[in-house]
Amino acid sequence: MPRLNGERRHRIAFTLDGKPVSGEAEPRLLLSDFLRHVIGETGTHVGCEQGICGACTVEIDGRPSRSCLTLAVQVEGAEIRTVAGLAAGPETLCVLQEAFRARHGLQCGFCTGGILVSLNALFRDKPEASEAEIREVLSGHLCRCTGYVSIMEAALAAQKRLSGKTHA
Amino acid sequence: MKPPRFDYFAPQSSAEALAALAEEGGEAFILAGGQSLLPLLTMRLARPRLLIDIMRIEEWREIRLEGGAIRIGAGVRQAELESFPGLARHQPLLALALPFVGHPQTRSRGTVCGSIAFADPSAELPLALLALEGQVHLRSRQRARSLAAADFFTGTMASARAEDEVIEAVSFPVAGEGCGYAFREVTRRGGDFAIAAFAAFVDERSARLGVGGVADRPFLRFMPRPGTKDLDEALDAFAFDLEAREDLHASARYRRELVRRLGRLALEEAERCRA
Repeated sequence: MPRLNGERRHRIAFTLDGKPVSGEAEPRLLLSDFLRHVIGETGTHVGCEQGICGACTVEIDGRPSRSCLTLAVQVEGAEIRTVAGLAAGPETLCVLQEAFRARHGLQCGFCTGGILVSLNALFRDKPEASEAEIREVLSGHLCRCTGYVSIMEAALAAQKRLSGKTHA
Repeated sequence: MKPPRFDYFAPQSSAEALAALAEEGGEAFILAGGQSLLPLLTMRLARPRLLIDIMRIEEWREIRLEGGAIRIGAGVRQAELESFPGLARHQPLLALALPFVGHPQTRSRGTVCGSIAFADPSAELPLALLALEGQVHLRSRQRARSLAAADFFTGTMASARAEDEVIEAVSFPVAGEGCGYAFREVTRRGGDFAIAAFAAFVDERSARLGVGGVADRPFLRFMPRPGTKDLDEALDAFAFDLEAREDLHASARYRRELVRRLGRLALEEAERCRA
């Protein structure tokens, strides 16, 4: 890639939730803003914009990461997964989402997308994650509504169902 | 806020990166994981003319064991080191300290060398590098040099790195026979910067205590062995010599008390882990 001029927009292409996407970005555009304003995928929320709150968490090449601490130009050619790609279709929920709905794992829902992305990766990479490991992952997300009790319950319920499915 | 404008360059070779850095004369910043740099840009505390993204440089993305040390290249992410096979055996202190660095969602991008380069006085990796008496390997277009950690950190977010230099790698000595390690820290919430952090290293002959978050940079001192009577006095002297910082989160007096109490606990824990 040649040096990209900061005054101009440049074409960026990557894979988003399994589909190729592209759009134009100045070098300074954050991935979170690229997803929301250029691509129009608003499932990824923007909270603190300094890496603390976790609302904007997406998977970059298989690892949950802050999209507000990443420039769009950095993910050229990468594979990005967001909360929008978790369920099989717009009318269905994945196991995690179902558990969050059933167990009241969200109230306002602003932080939920990021939490689901992190937990989805954890249960995929480490199905037998301990409660302490789940808490460690959740420590990267701020929720100001639930007090986390119902989030933990939802996470544990989803983990149980997911591991049941794996063994069946 | 949003970051100010800058040019962006993602070279494939270290030679291109070093040339670009030399040509910009201090107006270029190295971008690795971006987990410390992006907040600075978003808050407009930094206004570089050019960001040089080094993560596409394959030769810098390697962890290797050589000459009794773990050498970690500039592009190695913290999560990659965390999952390096046998890390807890090669160097237990690194395995103990890494979980305290940010969150899993920032370790996934943040690099080891980037954390060293930022030289935050509360950061865990600079403390671990200092406590283990590791080395910082610097390279510019003209020259390469290696500095001891103690000579690298010079103050709050300040280091001996010149404007045209990149931290090409850092090396942490591997654990020796009969060494024990411990890492402790105090934070308001998990993942926050440490109010005080402690890295203890005990072997057959000596005991060492590194303290971060208290002074303007991490400091290391030889201590009496745990269980000997001089330890309290030595911890007290260390606590005062650090000239503890005072901020919103903790008074200087509280930080001194942490040095006395957690310093002792860390040393005792390291002693127990020996063998």
